[in-house]
Amino acid sequence: MSNKVIHAIYNDDDILMDAVKKTRAAHHHIEEVFSPFPVHGLDKAMGIAPTRLAICAFLYGCVGITVATTMMNYIMIQDWPQDIGGKPSFSYIENMPAFVPIMFEMTVFFAAHLMVITFYMRSRLWPFKEAENPDVRTTDDHFLMEVAVNNNEEELVSFFKTTGAVEVNVIEKH
Amino acid sequence: MYTFSSKLKTFSFILMAIGILGIGYGFYTAPKDIKEVELMLAAESHGSHAEAPKASHEVHGETAEHSVDAVAEHKEHTEHLEHVLHQLQNKPWAAFYVACIFFMLLSMGVLAFYAIQQVAQAGWSPVLFRVMQGITAYLPYGSVVFFIFLILCGLHFNHLFVWLGEGVTDPNSPNYDALIAGKSGYLNFPFWIVRAAIFLIGWNIYRYFSAKNCLAQDEANDDSFYKKNFNISAIFLVFFIVSESIMSWDWIMSIDPHWFSTLFGWYVFASFFVSGITMIAMVTLYLKSRGYLEHVNTSHIHDLAKFMFGISIFWTYLWFSQFMLIWYANIPEEVTYFITRIELYNLPFFGAVAMNFVFPLLILINTDFKRITWVLVMAGIVILAGHYVDFFNMIMPGTVGDQWFIGVSEIASVLFFLGLFIFAVFTALTKTPLLPKRNPFIEESKHFHY
Repeated sequence: MSNKVIHAIYNDDDILMDAVKKTRAAHHHIEEVFSPFPVHGLDKAMGIAPTRLAICAFLYGCVGITVATTMMNYIMIQDWPQDIGGKPSFSYIENMPAFVPIMFEMTVFFAAHLMVITFYMRSRLWPFKEAENPDVRTTDDHFLMEVAVNNNEEELVSFFKTTGAVEVNVIEKH
Repeated sequence: MYTFSSKLKTFSFILMAIGILGIGYGFYTAPKDIKEVELMLAAESHGSHAEAPKASHEVHGETAEHSVDAVAEHKEHTEHLEHVLHQLQNKPWAAFYVACIFFMLLSMGVLAFYAIQQVAQAGWSPVLFRVMQGITAYLPYGSVVFFIFLILCGLHFNHLFVWLGEGVTDPNSPNYDALIAGKSGYLNFPFWIVRAAIFLIGWNIYRYFSAKNCLAQDEANDDSFYKKNFNISAIFLVFFIVSESIMSWDWIMSIDPHWFSTLFGWYVFASFFVSGITMIAMVTLYLKSRGYLEHVNTSHIHDLAKFMFGISIFWTYLWFSQFMLIWYANIPEEVTYFITRIELYNLPFFGAVAMNFVFPLLILINTDFKRITWVLVMAGIVILAGHYVDFFNMIMPGTVGDQWFIGVSEIASVLFFLGLFIFAVFTALTKTPLLPKRNPFIEESKHFHY
């Protein structure tokens, strides 16, 4: 079986949204949609599961505050509890206000950076990565919907012609 | 149109009645003279709460050893009793004052939020304008009670404001206080009460005309009333931020006239601003649950919840900034403020941080939770109670000191003002339609979706 896909190309995000809804209603499997900019509500229309990136960020923040607390408790209270300008270094809680700015920044730092790295890893983005856009126009002013073909090529082509596509191409994927 | 449910009305009257009885009880049971205080302290030292009196007796013992002068000891003992007497006499007044200023400033927080929404031309909030106007309808009631209270302070019915005491500015008086005398150019009764009058009148005028213009806009053929409201809101916000700052020095910071803090005005603002937003959310949820707010959807609620969350964090930022700067530098004349609070008010002082920061942080960080009614109501109750405790922490240490207790006086005062608040707010809500008609952003607001 050949790996054929349909590339339906649109030049308006409203038409694209309608086409996505129609395609879903007709039970054709959408492989991918390429767009030059974020189309509000596209993920909902495509039925994509919500992201869990925010949950990751919260957990990374918890790691950050733990690192900060452990670090400063060890350095300032356990390892060498000096008297620095009369600040009480007898226990962590006694000197805590002085540590809060660092605890805060570390929480934000860990949450932000680890979440961004998670995003890069999950969406497979890195320098020197080969670009994957199937049509250069999709980075400028065209939208492209990719649908798998399962021995129903003619039916699919005529279907996408009716959804307002400016171009419908059948592509052999390697 | 909203109809005030008879159950809620009865409920508000019951709250006010219980409140008045409790407040009366508080004043009735406050000690009248030194003898009563002596009896109370003697009874306490035999009871379980022996620590404080014991400590004071120890101090007395030491003085007696050093001076061996029985007369001096007696004098100090009398002075101590007088001090405790003033604190105990202040207690019902201070309890009333905390609840009074809390509810009045809460409705000010709503008014400030409302003015900001007008000026920012927010597209989501116009469906909530009438709710906000309803809540600010408490402001005239609250202002009158509050102003009368300030006049009573000036007429020496209580000792809440030390600098209002007799002889504090007179070098020949035993009550002379050089620090207060140095501030008397600002802290004197006539100037103080005139400032209060100007602020209260200014705020009420804005509230009155803004609500009036909003109604007139419903019947107008153009947007002139809307533009008028935009302009007066912008002017009000400038007036508000100046008067708010001065208000916080006059009504709260001057309770501790030896102490000063620069960001205090902002800190007080954050406290009542978040209370106000929380109250908008609570009243909106109530009206929505009764089926009165057709166009309010979960996205509006979600936005309010985000404000509750964000301003709670903002309050904490200011709370911590004020605390940490003073703790770190540890300058004696500033740090006594926090030493009193940490030593005598440990649980309320740090409990307020838990209620106003930790709890909302963990509950309201979740997007799904911000749309669930019971989660929001629970978070709202904790935030409102937390900010009551915050005002309690600001006012009580300077007025009743270690004699504080959340008892009949405190709870009754809150119940009374809560009853008055419910009555004023829901009465006002019955007077106008709950949806503005010709607001330029009303269509956007009806279809607001996040």
